[in-house]
Amino acid sequence: MIPAAFDYHRPADIASAVALLQELGDDARPLAGGHSLIPMMKLRMASVEYLIDLQDIDELRGISVSDGIVSIGAMTTQHDLITDAALAEAAPIMREAALQIADPQVRYVGTLGGNVANGDPGNDMPGLMQCLDATFTLVGPGGSRDVAARDFYEAAYMTAREDDEILTRVTFAAPTGGYAYEKQKRKIGDYATAAAAIQMTRDDGLCSSAAIALTNLSDVPVFAKAAGAALVGTSCDASAVTAAISAALGEIDPTEDNRGPVEFKLHVAGIVILRAIERAWSRT
Amino acid sequence: MNDQTPPTREERVAGLKGLGTSRKRVEDARFTQGKGNYVDDVKLPGMLFGDFVRSPYAHARVAAIHTEEALKVPGVLAVLTAKDLEPLNLHWMPTLAGDKQMVLADGKVLFQGQEVAFVVATDRYAAADGIAAVEVDYQELPVLTNPFEALESDVVLREDLEGQTEGAHGTRKHHNHIFLWEEGDQEATEQAIGSAEVVAEEMVYYHRTHPCPLETCGCVASMDKVNGKLTLYGTFQAPHVVRTVASLLSGIEEHNIRVISPDIGGGFGNKVGVYPGYVCSIVASIVTGKPVKWIENRMDNLMATAFARDYWMKGKISATREGKITGLACHVVADHGAFDACADPTKFPAGFFHICTGSYDIPVAYVGVDGVYTNKAPGGVAYRCSFRVTEAAYFIERMIEVLAIELGMDAAELRAKNFIKADQFPYTSALGWEYDSGDYHTAWNKALEAVDYPGLRREQAERVEAFKRGETRKLLGIGLTHFTEIVGAGPVKNCDILGMGMFDSCEIRIHPTGSAIARLGTISQGQGHATTFAQILASEIGIPADSITIEEGDTDTAPYGLGTYGSRSTPVAGAATAMAGRKIRAKAQMIAAYLLEVHDDDVEWDVDRFAVKGAPERFKTMAEIAYASYNQAIPGVEPGLEAVSYYDPPNMTYPFGAYICVMEIDVDTGVHEIRQFYALDDCGTRINPMVIEGQVHGGLTEALAIAMGQEIAYDEIGNHKTATFMDFFIPTAWETPNYTTDHTVTPSPHHPIGAKGVGESPNVGGVPAFSNAVHDAFRAFGLRQSHMPHDQWRIWKIAHDLGLHG
Repeated sequence: MIPAAFDYHRPADIASAVALLQELGDDARPLAGGHSLIPMMKLRMASVEYLIDLQDIDELRGISVSDGIVSIGAMTTQHDLITDAALAEAAPIMREAALQIADPQVRYVGTLGGNVANGDPGNDMPGLMQCLDATFTLVGPGGSRDVAARDFYEAAYMTAREDDEILTRVTFAAPTGGYAYEKQKRKIGDYATAAAAIQMTRDDGLCSSAAIALTNLSDVPVFAKAAGAALVGTSCDASAVTAAISAALGEIDPTEDNRGPVEFKLHVAGIVILRAIERAWSRT
Repeated sequence: MNDQTPPTREERVAGLKGLGTSRKRVEDARFTQGKGNYVDDVKLPGMLFGDFVRSPYAHARVAAIHTEEALKVPGVLAVLTAKDLEPLNLHWMPTLAGDKQMVLADGKVLFQGQEVAFVVATDRYAAADGIAAVEVDYQELPVLTNPFEALESDVVLREDLEGQTEGAHGTRKHHNHIFLWEEGDQEATEQAIGSAEVVAEEMVYYHRTHPCPLETCGCVASMDKVNGKLTLYGTFQAPHVVRTVASLLSGIEEHNIRVISPDIGGGFGNKVGVYPGYVCSIVASIVTGKPVKWIENRMDNLMATAFARDYWMKGKISATREGKITGLACHVVADHGAFDACADPTKFPAGFFHICTGSYDIPVAYVGVDGVYTNKAPGGVAYRCSFRVTEAAYFIERMIEVLAIELGMDAAELRAKNFIKADQFPYTSALGWEYDSGDYHTAWNKALEAVDYPGLRREQAERVEAFKRGETRKLLGIGLTHFTEIVGAGPVKNCDILGMGMFDSCEIRIHPTGSAIARLGTISQGQGHATTFAQILASEIGIPADSITIEEGDTDTAPYGLGTYGSRSTPVAGAATAMAGRKIRAKAQMIAAYLLEVHDDDVEWDVDRFAVKGAPERFKTMAEIAYASYNQAIPGVEPGLEAVSYYDPPNMTYPFGAYICVMEIDVDTGVHEIRQFYALDDCGTRINPMVIEGQVHGGLTEALAIAMGQEIAYDEIGNHKTATFMDFFIPTAWETPNYTTDHTVTPSPHHPIGAKGVGESPNVGGVPAFSNAVHDAFRAFGLRQSHMPHDQWRIWKIAHDLGLHG
């Protein structure tokens, strides 16, 4: 469990970090909380010659809520997400989800930016960001650009981020209505067997909008657009929920692992979506 | 109050903190402050670090090992392979089970994670880089991970044994067969079962798991070439045995080897055996003349060091229609992995599995165990159980449940109908054990009453109806277990390891001012020996436990003993402690009588002193006697106050208990919730109730892990699937339920203080209690048997197969 030798850099601002990434090329990787990257290095499954630690970059930290827009720096920890009162008010689903990630020790160090940028299908925040229709800000040598969370993920560990870019900020409109992050896992600290994020609104007894995204049920997070659509205009009665689940299951492609076979995961995904819809609807 | 008021008798007893006192653990001050001294804390001048190149394949020919690049890595000093060890005849080593195993891959590898080469470097970082630079040419061979297939296959795993039809435990009937071990009357058993009114038959699998101590295995070997002495620090549950084995293997005379077990962070059986890391560290230290440290990482520990269980137990149990059991038969296919490296007493290659008649009066029984080689890691240790006792207890407690289904009878009633009765003790079982003492009906009734058993059954029946009406998706399981353990190995006439009798020892020195040190042949790995053995002694010799130091684990100072595993410390070394204490007291009596100027027979023992009979105001305290023993010439009595006892137990001890687990199961997700867990233990005389409670909580939590998710799993080509804590289930506080503990006290009649041992009971009894709860939840829907671990998908599968998902 000892990584190969690497050089360690600790820049103090975004520009220096980007410059280092550009200078050092393919063999450099930015380091956020490190909970995914460091174990991979210790197992010698990831070889990184230059580690660019982002923890000294103050501009990457902090949560702001203003004019209905939530903006979170990439190096904000899960613990910060849980304890920030303004965020809990503006987007309570963030707190509900963050509390289901790993354990307190991991959450003190693990960051939102690391969680969404690494492209690990087991991570919880990517699906949640798709549910919230968040935007990721990427800064590279050519300046800054925005990519929608729903367009960011290409395959396991493959994202729209270029090697010389740093994901600096996550932004989304404060959601309204009911919400739920429902996750089944084997134990504390585990990735999801299946998890679902949902935000929905009610207007005059009927569902007026619904966004559903799923975690660890494909090699990328899945924004189940048709599942949300199946609920809109209904009273979220049994047949609408069944239609939504069926639409969602059509978009996932789970694989067998120690959490169980595909048949089980598909079934649990349906249960998790059902429970998420019920809880979110009860909160509208 | 006048300070001169002498303490009352009660105050004197309380001041000793002896037997029955919930004395706080003296070890905890250092452990809770990070001041423990574990093997990885040992740092010697010039110390090197060694680590292994391990096989990525489960079965492969090793065509070549290229070490040139590794030797170029800065800091790498040497790379040892089997070729280097062969001239010393150390490329293979004997196992504790009469087999031999490779120290480093000799021509082929037989399991994933097997030790192939040992890289010695200036530090562990250089060693890791050296390992990455070693290139090994492997030629893959067909892999056998299923013991039933192994017994049929043409593939020869152990080419070194080719042509050998006689093994250490009798005839080998196939090249992948190790032994067949049998006990009981097969013919009479078959007859009883054949003519029975009711027979239940079931395959019960106890899956492969791993003790996974918090601290992994490791050692520091230091060969002093000037004085010829080898010092070996390590995580040894049996340091004296390690010294003897090291001497036999290396040829170094035993007085020139000093083995030290420092603080050990849990053992549970994993640290009994001898591992290649120890041998390679010793050789590397001899070669380099410097101390060499080897410390496993977590994956090494889970992949390569001793596993537990992996028993396929095919059972038949018969009864009358009224539920009186008439016979029990069991045939086991035991997957031992690549080498037979169990740590059982020599005569018992399947350990004490023949305790499998459990708590029941079964007139006739038979067991046969076939040991088999496969491409998995070697081991087969007692993971917090005494030599296959968990397997036996799980087997019988499952068979009882299956028989209850067959009879249409309540499983609690069936147990009560067949318990050995209190007046039948000492009881000789059909498989030959002499149970020392027990009162099962009293314990059982107390347990059933404590949980309101009839009320639980009513609630369960209502739940089943509500489920059928579609009002709930949760079922309720009531897991029952009444287990009987066999611990305290053991009588030398029956029990030895590598020829060494399984006695244990205690040596006591009373200091002139009335405090004391006692040294034992055992070694604590978290059990709290320094706390509890001092309590035994306090009650025996009247010196406060706080004034007694307990020391273990240094073979240069401690008396020879067989170590700590199988709940043997209290039954064997605890007995030795009491017996040595009594020798002290006998000498103290002579001294007291001399000082009091009366005849030896005219003084009597009273808590902490000898007093003249009929004149209690005339007395000498133990402290006064100790002072006199060193400083006063007493005719006919040698100076000093010391004693040593080597205790060979006349019998094993048989702790027992009644456990009940109440579990809610979500049939749609397979998620469980333990609503209640009641654990009644009878471990005989209770030395420290708080320590017992801690042992029970820890053992139950390990049992929870094993029953509900923990496993060592392999894929079909022998890849280890559960080598990290992501997949190897270790419960946190979150997954661990509340436990209610309770007790009855039935002392052991043959133990000096009546104690039986408790460390393993909760694992032995806990696993069937959790597992039976899962099974019981689905009994109304037709479930008979489903294999552990009962993780979410497997519970879901039960529900799915029973048609509960619509």
